[in-house]
Amino acid sequence: MSTTYPAHGEIEETHAHDHAHAPGNFLTKYIFSTDHKVIGLQFLFTTIVMLFIGGMLALGIRWQLAYPWAKLPFFGEALFAEQAGQMTPEFYTMLFTMHGTVMVFLVVIPILAGAFGNYLIPLMIGAPDMAFPMLNMLSYWFMWPAIFCFGLSMYYEGGPAAGWTSYPTLSALPQSAPGSGFAQSLWLIGITFVGVSSMMGSINYMTTIINMRAPGMTLMRMPMTIWGMFITAILQAFALPVLTAAGIMLICDRMLGTCFFVPGGLIVNNASPTLGSGQPLLWQHLFWFYSHPAVYIMLLPAMGMISDILATMSRKPLFGYVPMVVSMLSIAGLGFIVWGHHMFISGMNPIMGMAFMVSTVLIALPSAIKTFNWLATIWGGRITFNTVTLNAVAFVTMFVVGGLSGIFMAAVPVDVQIHDTYFIVAHFHYVLFGATLFGIFAAITYWYPKMTGRMMNERLGQTHFLLTFITANATFFPMHLLGVAGMPRRYADPYIHQYLEHLLPMNQFMTWFAIGMGLSQILLAFNMVYSLFYGPKAGRNPWNANTLEWETPSPPPHGNFDRPLIVYRGPYEYSNPAHPEKDYWPQTEPG
Amino acid sequence: MSRLWCLFFMFWPILALYICWVAPTLGWSFPGDGISDSPIGKRIDHLFWLIMAITTGVFVLTQIAMGYALWTASTKKEDQPAQHFHGSHTLEVIWTVIPGALLLFIAFYQMEVWADFRLKSHAPTATPETLIAEVTARQFEWRIRYPQPGKELSNVPVTTDMYDVNELIVPAGTRVMIYLRTADVQHSFFLPTLRIKQDAIPGKVIPIWFEVEEPGTYPLLCAELCGWGHYKMGAKLTALSQEDFAARMKLMAEEYGVGTTPADAGVATNGLNEEGAN
Repeated sequence: MSTTYPAHGEIEETHAHDHAHAPGNFLTKYIFSTDHKVIGLQFLFTTIVMLFIGGMLALGIRWQLAYPWAKLPFFGEALFAEQAGQMTPEFYTMLFTMHGTVMVFLVVIPILAGAFGNYLIPLMIGAPDMAFPMLNMLSYWFMWPAIFCFGLSMYYEGGPAAGWTSYPTLSALPQSAPGSGFAQSLWLIGITFVGVSSMMGSINYMTTIINMRAPGMTLMRMPMTIWGMFITAILQAFALPVLTAAGIMLICDRMLGTCFFVPGGLIVNNASPTLGSGQPLLWQHLFWFYSHPAVYIMLLPAMGMISDILATMSRKPLFGYVPMVVSMLSIAGLGFIVWGHHMFISGMNPIMGMAFMVSTVLIALPSAIKTFNWLATIWGGRITFNTVTLNAVAFVTMFVVGGLSGIFMAAVPVDVQIHDTYFIVAHFHYVLFGATLFGIFAAITYWYPKMTGRMMNERLGQTHFLLTFITANATFFPMHLLGVAGMPRRYADPYIHQYLEHLLPMNQFMTWFAIGMGLSQILLAFNMVYSLFYGPKAGRNPWNANTLEWETPSPPPHGNFDRPLIVYRGPYEYSNPAHPEKDYWPQTEPG
Repeated sequence: MSRLWCLFFMFWPILALYICWVAPTLGWSFPGDGISDSPIGKRIDHLFWLIMAITTGVFVLTQIAMGYALWTASTKKEDQPAQHFHGSHTLEVIWTVIPGALLLFIAFYQMEVWADFRLKSHAPTATPETLIAEVTARQFEWRIRYPQPGKELSNVPVTTDMYDVNELIVPAGTRVMIYLRTADVQHSFFLPTLRIKQDAIPGKVIPIWFEVEEPGTYPLLCAELCGWGHYKMGAKLTALSQEDFAARMKLMAEEYGVGTTPADAGVATNGLNEEGAN
């Protein structure tokens, strides 16, 4: 690669003022900090708390599916005193609505972009901080009004009850469901706040990655993690405004009497007929125009991190760096023209179904290429099974299942049968839990030493992995079978339909494993706290990795790097025969 | 320990495959007896099993490749370093072209069924005599409007229409068409054993056709979240032989009193106000 490096003197100069602004008092150092590392850790802590809340909501759903209308353990008597501890159907609707909302908007998106994006981007490109530190701080603090709105909405009768997709007219007309009252408006305001938070992050990430790379860090020398974050930021910047606009339109429909989404003449719950000439399908188009790219927002950063982790753990260069980058870019590009596959049976023009089917099967191609490249990265390597490797391998093997089951849904006629059944639920849990969350587990374990200066406990980590992997598969794999058997989603009690009665035992099996899965996460939380005090000291580079973040002390000081960096090569020079003294060759090492 | 982990990663795909293999014998396959009750459903099942065969092949191959790669990479001797290579143009081309061709094959192979199911039924040649009824979904029931025997179903309710709730009666062995609409929020007309599903959208009338092969009753469910009672919005589809269907319609017409005018039917604009119909 031909790159002209700035002369040494220039670099010294540009780095001279990095350490000028040392953090002040406790409040500006730990709470309202503009340091990307503190903000990243704030995001990480918040999202892990949210992960437990979202998980509790999921267990509520699972309990109802296993023991319909039985007394809800622990919470039943407090929540449903009048029904003798029995869950109400509108509460069940709120449970799955909020489970989806919390997991998508408060866990997966902010933990990938917010926590890891924030923490890793400046460190991995060799920058002292983000381009806009204040904006970065705001992007964290704008999550809190959202959390407040979501939390408050659950106190209103029925909670938000239109599903995380909030299709009108269920979500537009207050009379259509107990939870479609003020709770739904709060939910929409919450979504708007989350959107603002993500938007601030994405502008910051793009600017930082484009402008603040260390000398010699050309685009094609960036680690895959940074590529994942960069492309995610682009996706967010271009897709998110559409959701925000749609959310505001729906708020207007609800509160100001506009009718973007409500057609006239509907008599809902014996209220007077609606007026207007809106189009409910418009919401689906706008919503999925954001929310399909959002699927990749929830996946690409994890794909990037796994690429780096697998290369480091196999002591081998990443197989096919350029195809990996190109396939990520094509996933992002195609991601904008596949939203219609959520709407095959929605009543949109059926001809569009064909177009969206072709674009959707094509988006499976870059994902397949990435999978093959990961396998080839392991191939011929020298792998040690530690917690990081185990979770990374689990990412690949679960992603294969999630990717393949996607082909069923991409095929329009087959989707007619499995749309809105548990097959879909199985599919996106294999992608979002199976792939992304195992990727997150791997990433937490991998970068924990950098964040805290101490290694995580191996035995606890491996036990956590083993239990989570078994329980996750036992919970999510049978969902494919439920879906094929025709069990629809979002049913509080499927067994009142005779052809679904025989599925009750399988649902009970899944529920018990889901409870086990929830309990296993306590190990993760315990390990993170325990290792903070008792983990072995990590040093700068515990994994013998090449990328820039390992050049700095763990945890890195304010301003990140204690010496000026020049990047001489790509991030994957492991076991290079031209460099025989050690099996890694850091990006900053001259030669 | 490394070998144990490799076996662990190999064990679960085998278990998953085994469960999928025995699932149909345990009743965990398509609803009913696993075979669709409609011709279009049988074609959809065929497509499903075709994709299943292709994806199973890919699943097995990738899992074997991963198992082999993990096994060899984790059992290297102390002095054996990892290999050093950055990629292979040939391999990239191979695993771009082959999956790409497979995926496009899947997409184009599906189109005929979709065209038959959705596109050709919109053509002007769609025969009007197959139009059986108008189905209006509402929280949380299905309302059916039939034309009187010998009359055609009109777009707006007329005084001679006949109404029913939560039971759709159709003749078996022939293609029938219904008009699907909703009175309030979104619903979805789902016949699981026939592999038919179509959302009902406020403000729209969506024609949908299907064919039931044998007389009998079949479950009809709502598949799109429509409120707290979504789960209980069940109904049944009753398929009768041609003669029974004609007789049943005649009987219903007699119950209504042929030629008389129900007092409130003229007021209804979209099939909502016929509370006393059933």
